[in-house]
Amino acid sequence: MARHLASHAAQLVVTLLVATAAIFVLLRVLPGDPAVVALGIEASPEALAAWRAEHGTDGPLVVQYLQWVGGLLTGDLGTSYVTSQDLTPLVADRVQVTGILVLLGMLIALVVAVPVGTLAAVWHRNAGGVTLSAVSQVGVAVPNFLVGVLLVSVFAVRLSWLPSGGWTAPADGFGEFWRHVLLPAVALGSVQAAIITRYVRSAVLEIMREDFLRTARAKGLTFTGALVRHGLRNAGVPIVTVVGVQIASMLIGAVVIERVFAVPGLGSLLLDSVGNRDLLAVQSIVAVLVVLVVLLNFLVDLAYTLLDPRLRRAA
Amino acid sequence: MQNLSRRLVGAAVVLSTAALGACTAGSSSGEASGGRTDVVVGLTGEPTNLDFTTTSGSAIPQLLMNNVYEGLVTIDQEGEVQPQLAESWEINGDRTVYTFTLHDGVTFSDGSPFTADDVVASIGRVQDDWTLSLKSKMDVVESAEAVSDTEVAVTLAHPSNGWLFDMGTSVGAMFPDDLSADLATEAVGTGPYTVEEVATGEHVTLAARDDYWGEAPAIPDVTVRYFADANAQANAVRAGDVDMAYNMQAPDLISGLEQDEDLQVVDGTSTGEVLLSLNNARPPFDDLNVRRAVMYAIDRQAVLDTAWAGHGQLIGSMVPPTDPYYQDLTSAYPYDPDRARELLAEAGAEDLSITFDVPTRPYAEAVAQVVVSQLKDVGIDARIVPAEFPAVWLDKVFTEHDYEMSVILHTEARDMLTIFGDPDYYVGYDNPRLAQVAEQADEGSPDQYVAGMQEVARMIVDDAASDPLFLFPNTVVADAVLAGIAANATTESMDLTGLRWSDS
Repeated sequence: MARHLASHAAQLVVTLLVATAAIFVLLRVLPGDPAVVALGIEASPEALAAWRAEHGTDGPLVVQYLQWVGGLLTGDLGTSYVTSQDLTPLVADRVQVTGILVLLGMLIALVVAVPVGTLAAVWHRNAGGVTLSAVSQVGVAVPNFLVGVLLVSVFAVRLSWLPSGGWTAPADGFGEFWRHVLLPAVALGSVQAAIITRYVRSAVLEIMREDFLRTARAKGLTFTGALVRHGLRNAGVPIVTVVGVQIASMLIGAVVIERVFAVPGLGSLLLDSVGNRDLLAVQSIVAVLVVLVVLLNFLVDLAYTLLDPRLRRAA
Repeated sequence: MQNLSRRLVGAAVVLSTAALGACTAGSSSGEASGGRTDVVVGLTGEPTNLDFTTTSGSAIPQLLMNNVYEGLVTIDQEGEVQPQLAESWEINGDRTVYTFTLHDGVTFSDGSPFTADDVVASIGRVQDDWTLSLKSKMDVVESAEAVSDTEVAVTLAHPSNGWLFDMGTSVGAMFPDDLSADLATEAVGTGPYTVEEVATGEHVTLAARDDYWGEAPAIPDVTVRYFADANAQANAVRAGDVDMAYNMQAPDLISGLEQDEDLQVVDGTSTGEVLLSLNNARPPFDDLNVRRAVMYAIDRQAVLDTAWAGHGQLIGSMVPPTDPYYQDLTSAYPYDPDRARELLAEAGAEDLSITFDVPTRPYAEAVAQVVVSQLKDVGIDARIVPAEFPAVWLDKVFTEHDYEMSVILHTEARDMLTIFGDPDYYVGYDNPRLAQVAEQADEGSPDQYVAGMQEVARMIVDDAASDPLFLFPNTVVADAVLAGIAANATTESMDLTGLRWSDS
């Protein structure tokens, strides 16, 4: 287990080094001078020069990179070029918002996908199963933002049940928080529900053909009992994998959903920062995302070993 | 099977309870607005900080001018100069000395009294500390002196018809003379509101001051919510989450909003011209005939109807109707594709291929499609090159002048000379006579000013320096019972001080 952890830590460091260097270089290749964007067309040349000197964007790239990475290591993401805000608390706030959105979206997806996928597998020979399969197939093809726009036009605009967007942190009022988070989380989760349903279905179908299920039934368990007691746990391994991968992809989906619902999350911040050539903010957000994804992979790995003792020995 | 279905039912119960809870909590938003003391305003384009003395762009003065900061004078909804912190003013015989009498008993939001010294300091600060090129509007001021606590004499180097108007824009904002606040995070003005909270990426809240010198605004609590996306802004006003969507950028949705009985749609004017910019310094648009061909080739009414659903106004020159020197030049180049083809033939520029740098802004992308098809009709093949806005557009088109044709919204008030008076500006229009006429106009009598500036506008149109496609509307969609909406954007300011609920 310790070796397992160490190899993961090493992987994290290498991934981060490669990712930060790549992001750093790519951003410098992008056209657009951050000084001009920050100060705008009314800025005098002297003001531009002063800005570049103050933010160090006129210095050698290696120095800029090292300064930034050095800051990252101490947890200091730097100061935004555009808003002069301290990035560390800002990004931390935004991670929280996006994190809540993604996790709640995944929860909604699982609550729907596990029973529906299982039913689709159990009923795979009859009309009900075929229908569930077809619906999930269509669901996979629907883009996130479309679901978002539909939800807004029905529940916010037509019915006025929920706000069309915006955000309230849980600490600022739990009722308001739920009112604001529900539609974006559903929008984000619905597409995932369709995707995961398909994985659950095929995983359960696989399990249903396994010998151990027959053994369990021979010992007197009902089909449902055997499936729940022995089958689902085994189906868990591929499902956990897909959940891990999908959470990472939901971070991307969140960028769009945050736009549709005017949610101040990491995605909104990233898009604004790219538009404003707030290079330091972009770099830092991407670095945080890379860390999150790598950590996620680690957690998925850990979950495997818990679900499947055979993998524990191999590790 | 029983086990599984019990779990399913459980999950369904949990979900529907959550949904029901959400519904009951949400029903309050449909209530009548009677007695409300707050208003929520929706905007696109968030300010990056609160300091418009060092940060350019219209977002900051839009939020703060007239609401938090005030000037000696202000520009009203008709574009006229009106007194604000100055009760009155006198101008001497040769029109170089302005003596302002200030209101008594005015205080800044930090409690300090507003006196003549603050005026002197504020004018000096524009000249010394502002980092924006806007500061040049104060170049004409030779000196400012406090005559008494409530009297200030400002001496100009030469008579200027433009200066007093400029004093009603952000360069004329009054700050305390002993300014210690960090303006980026704290706004200290004499206006009826103070900035209470700034939540980046979300909203800014304004609160009415108890000690405001003038008439208190009817609505003490104002929340300005910012949307990255015009559709999200439109949805929010349809859903009743915001009471007023200012400067709507989604024209396709407006006809739907107009049918909603609970809403009102007001098309105000603005000072923003959508300009089809031609690079005069570079082939093919260094040729007058080619530029004129473009003017004849474009059916501006069709552009306005297609790209912006007919909301907006044809102007024919870079002067909006709210300016004193406006004249109707819309018929200077009637839509005449045959004439365009002739001119291109004269210039030897048949089968012209050009690039068209289009900033990633809704209006620009919408306009570009129509323009390209109309140009194609006369034999100009314009290839659209998307330019990310602001970063790429500012760099490539504005700074490097590396373009042939572009389209951009010039929002600033009275910006004709900014754009066409400087050969080094990105349009590259070089007419030495223009500066001369403009200077004489600024120094002349008010009548000479109007005549001179009209001549300048005609010169630019004659030379087909670029094509002003239409005046951008300031479309405001608001709750039907919200009154006192200042829909005309005659300066950058979004004046919220007159808003009130008409049913309360």
